[in-house]
Amino acid sequence: MATPQFAKFYPDFYIERDLDKCIKCKKCIRECTYGAHIWDEKKKILKEDHSKCVGCHRCEATCPTGAIIIKKHPSAFREHANWTPWFIKNIYKQADQGGVLLTATGCAQPFKNYFDHLVLDACQVTNPPIDPLREPMELRTFIGPKPSLVEVEEGENGKFRLKKPLPRNIQLEVPIMFAAMSFGALSLHVHHGLARAAKELGTLYNTGEGGLHASLYEYGSNTIVQCASGRFGLHVDYLNAGVAIEIKIGQGAKPGIGGHLPGEKVTEEISKTRMIPVGSDAISPAPHHDIYSIEDLRGLIYALKEATEYKKLVFVKIAAVHNVAAIASGIARAGADAIVIDGLKGGTGAAPTMFRDYIGIPIELAISAVDKRLREEGIRHRVSIIASGGIRCSADVVKAIALGADAVYIGTAALIACGCTMCQKCYTGKCPWGIATNNPELIKRLPPEVAFEKIYNLVRAWAHEIKEMLGAMGLNSIESLKGNRDKLRAVGLTKEEMEILEVKHAGE
Amino acid sequence: MSLELDVSTLHYSKVNRLLREAILEGEKEIVLKGVNGHRYLAAGVSANVKIDIYGIPGLDLGAFMRGPVINVYGNAQDGAGNTMDEGKIIIHGMAGDVVGYAMRGGKIHIKEDVGYRVGIHMKAYMDKVPVLIIGGKAGDFLGEYMAGGVIVLLGMFSRYPERPIAGLFLGTGMHGGTIYIRGKVKESQLGLGLKPYALESEDEKLLEELLKDYARDFGLDPSEFFKEDFVKVVPYTHRPYGRLYAY
Repeated sequence: MATPQFAKFYPDFYIERDLDKCIKCKKCIRECTYGAHIWDEKKKILKEDHSKCVGCHRCEATCPTGAIIIKKHPSAFREHANWTPWFIKNIYKQADQGGVLLTATGCAQPFKNYFDHLVLDACQVTNPPIDPLREPMELRTFIGPKPSLVEVEEGENGKFRLKKPLPRNIQLEVPIMFAAMSFGALSLHVHHGLARAAKELGTLYNTGEGGLHASLYEYGSNTIVQCASGRFGLHVDYLNAGVAIEIKIGQGAKPGIGGHLPGEKVTEEISKTRMIPVGSDAISPAPHHDIYSIEDLRGLIYALKEATEYKKLVFVKIAAVHNVAAIASGIARAGADAIVIDGLKGGTGAAPTMFRDYIGIPIELAISAVDKRLREEGIRHRVSIIASGGIRCSADVVKAIALGADAVYIGTAALIACGCTMCQKCYTGKCPWGIATNNPELIKRLPPEVAFEKIYNLVRAWAHEIKEMLGAMGLNSIESLKGNRDKLRAVGLTKEEMEILEVKHAGE
Repeated sequence: MSLELDVSTLHYSKVNRLLREAILEGEKEIVLKGVNGHRYLAAGVSANVKIDIYGIPGLDLGAFMRGPVINVYGNAQDGAGNTMDEGKIIIHGMAGDVVGYAMRGGKIHIKEDVGYRVGIHMKAYMDKVPVLIIGGKAGDFLGEYMAGGVIVLLGMFSRYPERPIAGLFLGTGMHGGTIYIRGKVKESQLGLGLKPYALESEDEKLLEELLKDYARDFGLDPSEFFKEDFVKVVPYTHRPYGRLYAY
């Protein structure tokens, strides 16, 4: 007798087909990459294997007659506040297969979301709001170290000039950049969309640790290249290709572990970009083995700066963990130009479920703690803070900046803009929406122009909303919002939480 | 014609600037004297030049470099050849930790001993097959996470006769490439699941070729190397994470 596979007995989703509407065109079969729709040749009918449905809604969205609805599977377990279906089914999976639970996206556990406990201020009576449609409103943001003081001297013709040149900075037209997502995790089409959107919006996208595809070098002035522990596709031309190099120490979705791209995903194109043989596993160790201390980190930061003749800014990305403030202080002192902090809710294409859900701390607390620590030490001006992980709307951006960030990264939000339905199966490489896949047939489902348009529209809309919110607060530049916690009030937070966030309670 | 610089009173950044300027002006041979812990020498340099270093270069000598041939007449500190792409580093003495980290191409020849974590995550791609040859002994974690390329450990020119040829966890997590060891290595020193194997004829041919080049760099007699047998360590799997997950 074959061993029963318990996980298969209880599907997460239920494919409901309206037989009156179904014209048996079999489009659902062609669209589903998981084999959930089946044609019964004998009976000439369409059938479903609910256990294979991942809830991506591709069939529902593309059915020409609207005959399909994907529902949560109605089959229920007896209610139990502790042993919810999530835990029961995970145990079945592991008992069936004996492996580490794998998932994607960011933390799915309902931890307190601090963004949702913060409200913004607006002008009433005593100071006038600003209408961004009629008055200038600046979202321009400069990433990089600022001088501790600005000295001017009188030059010829009585004109004043700076005594020393300002440190190199990167100018962003919106304080929103695109987070590191590699070619390999994403299709090349999405990378093209991100790169073009970054260019048109005046911001940056990030290559992730997948190297830089030859066709993307032209977007160099809008590119951050990443140097992670596997050093894949990393060479002199790559380091010089962008405007910044990000040393990836950690990621919010999986702090403390490395990553690996399974050999199945290393196709011809990916092999060229990562510079590894086709079909071989690409393993990124948990640490950079040349970095075991802040001093070692300084070693790599300056190795990169020397190698690129100080023309590139160096970012250091870490996951938000318990001691994030002290670590960030070390990173600033190690010579980084920007610190990227990726919070508990930070996304991924593949992470062990336990890591995604339970490791790391919320980004809101981390930004505030880091900003405070760097201010107390008098080194806040030496680095920019980039907040990442779980930014869902423009108000989240505003709150992150008011808590002390200079700018934010968005990843998941940009993918949702491209049609991602958060089915959380990126690691299968079968993304039916053509986003997190490199299957040559599937990537056609999302052409680069569409990816570009959607991502561009999203950030354009958010930028306008941010201007409106700033105007309502009576501010005319995003600079005036940075670390301006007076514009925030807490609703339903404890004293301790408010102390860390440095915000007052609503009504105070 | 070669350019000779006494760098003993210069900051590494200045030295690198002078190096780059000289290369830009077409200089093919540069001699650096008085090197004393200067970091990042020739880091990111992409040119076919010869650089002779007298003294002890500091951290990350030749990191990310593509092309230069560097002779170090002395010892080298940590991180020599970090993520190097092409070229050669010849060290006529000892080298520190993390030599050749993630190197993708080129050669590193070291006359004597090396420290810990040497050759970690070396990788190979197409015609790029990095080679790291150590004349002395190595510390722990030699060739950890190795994904490609060749490491040769000779154990012949060591200042530490009492030590074993390699430290512990040799080749831990390797999933590509080959480590050749002259003489014997205890299985307990190897990473989990690894075993020493006897050489095949292709191995011998490759070793002969690699060691001839090594001998030439240090003026040694290549026949000396083969007076003792070699063993090789290769990955027990190319897919260490193949069956790790439940979906």
